[in-house]
Amino acid sequence: MSVELLLAGVVLVALIVYALTAGADYGGGMWDLLARGPRARQQRDVIEHAIAPIWEANHVWLVLVVVVLFTAFPPAFAAMMVALHVPITLVLLGIVLRGSAFAFRKYDPEREHLHRRWSTIFGISSFLTPFFLGITLGGLASGEIRVLNGQVVSGFFAGWTSPFALACGAFAQGLFAFLAAVYLTVDAEGAGPVQDDFRRRALVSGVALAPVAALVFAVAGTGAPAIFRGLTDWWAPLLLLATSVCAVAGLLALWTRRFRIARAAAAGQVTLILLGWSLAQYPNLIVPDVTIPVAAAERATLRLLVVTLAVGAVVLLPSFAYLFYVFRAARQAPGPGSS
Amino acid sequence: MDDLTFARAQMGMSLAFHIVFAVIGIGVPALMVVSEGLWLRTGDATYLTLTRHWARGTAILFAVGAVSGTVLSFELGLLWPTFMAYAGAIIGMPFSLEGFAFFTEAIFLGIHLYGWDRVRPLAHWFAGVVVAGSGLASAVFVVTANAWMNAPAGFTLVDGRPTNIDPIAAMLNPAALQQVVHMVVAAYVATGFGVAGVHAYFLLRDRESRFHRRAFAIALTMGAVAIPVQVVSGDFIARMVAMRQPAKFAAMEGHFRTEAGAALTIGGWPEPETMETRFAIHIPYGLSLLAHHDANAVVVGLDRIPRNDWPDVRAVHLGFQVMVGTGTALLGLAAWAAWLAWRYRRAPDAAWFLRACVVATPFGFIAIEAGWVVTEMGRQPWIIYGLMRTADAVTPMPGLAVPFAVFTGVYVVLSVILVVLLRRGFMETAPAPTATAARDVG
Repeated sequence: MSVELLLAGVVLVALIVYALTAGADYGGGMWDLLARGPRARQQRDVIEHAIAPIWEANHVWLVLVVVVLFTAFPPAFAAMMVALHVPITLVLLGIVLRGSAFAFRKYDPEREHLHRRWSTIFGISSFLTPFFLGITLGGLASGEIRVLNGQVVSGFFAGWTSPFALACGAFAQGLFAFLAAVYLTVDAEGAGPVQDDFRRRALVSGVALAPVAALVFAVAGTGAPAIFRGLTDWWAPLLLLATSVCAVAGLLALWTRRFRIARAAAAGQVTLILLGWSLAQYPNLIVPDVTIPVAAAERATLRLLVVTLAVGAVVLLPSFAYLFYVFRAARQAPGPGSS
Repeated sequence: MDDLTFARAQMGMSLAFHIVFAVIGIGVPALMVVSEGLWLRTGDATYLTLTRHWARGTAILFAVGAVSGTVLSFELGLLWPTFMAYAGAIIGMPFSLEGFAFFTEAIFLGIHLYGWDRVRPLAHWFAGVVVAGSGLASAVFVVTANAWMNAPAGFTLVDGRPTNIDPIAAMLNPAALQQVVHMVVAAYVATGFGVAGVHAYFLLRDRESRFHRRAFAIALTMGAVAIPVQVVSGDFIARMVAMRQPAKFAAMEGHFRTEAGAALTIGGWPEPETMETRFAIHIPYGLSLLAHHDANAVVVGLDRIPRNDWPDVRAVHLGFQVMVGTGTALLGLAAWAAWLAWRYRRAPDAAWFLRACVVATPFGFIAIEAGWVVTEMGRQPWIIYGLMRTADAVTPMPGLAVPFAVFTGVYVVLSVILVVLLRRGFMETAPAPTATAARDVG
């Protein structure tokens, strides 16, 4: 495998981990906003305890995506930032409002009216940010962003304003909501009826995801023809089958209260969806003009970046393992604030 | 204002906002490590209360720093895509390393903040050490990338394109060491005096509070030890700038005419039209001594620089005066503290000294903001010194007034909320530390 392909793989892996961790944090924010019924406050407590110690660390996966992109594929990064300036700016605004509101709320838990105000901002930005993230990825896949000699020639609204990209945005929202609800069933273990609340939410959002996925497929035919063609390759039916198996297995596991299996299935589903998207648009970073080999930086940079990432992983993975080890109990038995 | 100006304003505003949190992320964990270490050694519960108290403030500031830092990593491309297409492969390395340092910081801060009851005391203290160390490492990596913009290295130009890229040589560029040392020490100066000032305010009301006495002593020590180091590091970086970026140096000093045995200009208002700095104090031979450690050395003035390569002389000169002025004030405060401590053999608590500390609370941060004005505006009109003009690097995106206005509005609101929250948090928890300490002991 060539070194630029390896680094494109790193970008994909970082994006998948971002979706699996921070994506679920976004979903948590959505369920926070939608917390209803007599146990609304308990639901919010479970969500807060699941997110609080790790959300900043989860967030760094996105920074890693950006950094590897601009180091290894500088012209692709530059073109993306020009063509998708608007949705990316909206993503950033969402990230700032969401993170700040969450931190303020956590700092100031006693004042009920303020708590509710921060919760509202946190929840609304948790809804909107994944939408704009989905739009951004949809724009990259749409084939409407044209780049000539390193310059974006299709203007500032191409791609991400198409029905296909909008459908991708809605799909990202639904996917993260589902993922979070499934995770929260595990986080709420031992919390009795709150766990049932999240089970119900996971089932509803999981079933509701199917028509949105169908919509994305339907508009991809005209909205992202290159992707659609990619989905007719030999591997596509296999991947589609595996994704469907995950989806159905996740719902069945929820139904039969095997929450840990459901969590694994939901994570598998998200991974396969992003893998499928990347295979369908391979070797393009921006369909159709910017490809991995063309956008790649010089060898020396790429090699050194691989070494850096390897060394970084040696530091990072044990740290992450330690973090999750320390808080494994916290995720099972949410109690009053420990700080 | 045109789009270029809005792009520069947005970048500058984002950096000015983020640097405060970045600096606190370096300095406050170091204070926490000291006070938690003292708790482990002495068993004095006041230190434990203090550590938890500082940690609570750090949690909220770190969150805002994390999201504003993410914004910056995108803004590099959103505002300066041509620069990133050119430089990404050369300076991406330190940003990747910074990414890992930030990961480590976030992970161990999570353990430190939420793991009090979950890890052993020594492991908990060590988590704090990792947070302080990785915050420091982040600063080192990011500043090397900025130094590269001042002293580009690690590639050769072939037909205007950078080739033979050597990212390590780019990281170890000729400005890197000077800038890194100056910024890192600045972080300890600013947080040391900043935190000391807050506790001095409470000490003025209750001189016997053990909680505030200890907090004040730890923070003041950090600031007072760091500030003399900063003076030496300032000399180190100034001579580098005089040698490598004469336009920036001349603008800093309001020095228009090239001459031997140049006088040092203190204060004053540069007039680019008449090429004079008016209302200033002049110290004979001062500038030659500072720039080259030789009273008769020639110091290049702006007259040797083509007019369209001049930075904004007024902004750079003013920024430099503010930085040096606040820094000198802090040096005086440190000397006063040392004299009081030597004279009375205890942490200084004279009323006028405490009042001076309260006034000086923001000085370190003002110096940092002013110093970045000098670095960044002094490099103009270049984004990569001598190679790429800022005007050629900006995004073609029109309407940049809109994101500038939105982000400025958001950051202003966040700043106000943060000040209100932290102030209230302090008022509510700090005045009753003796009760908490007693409970912890019992």
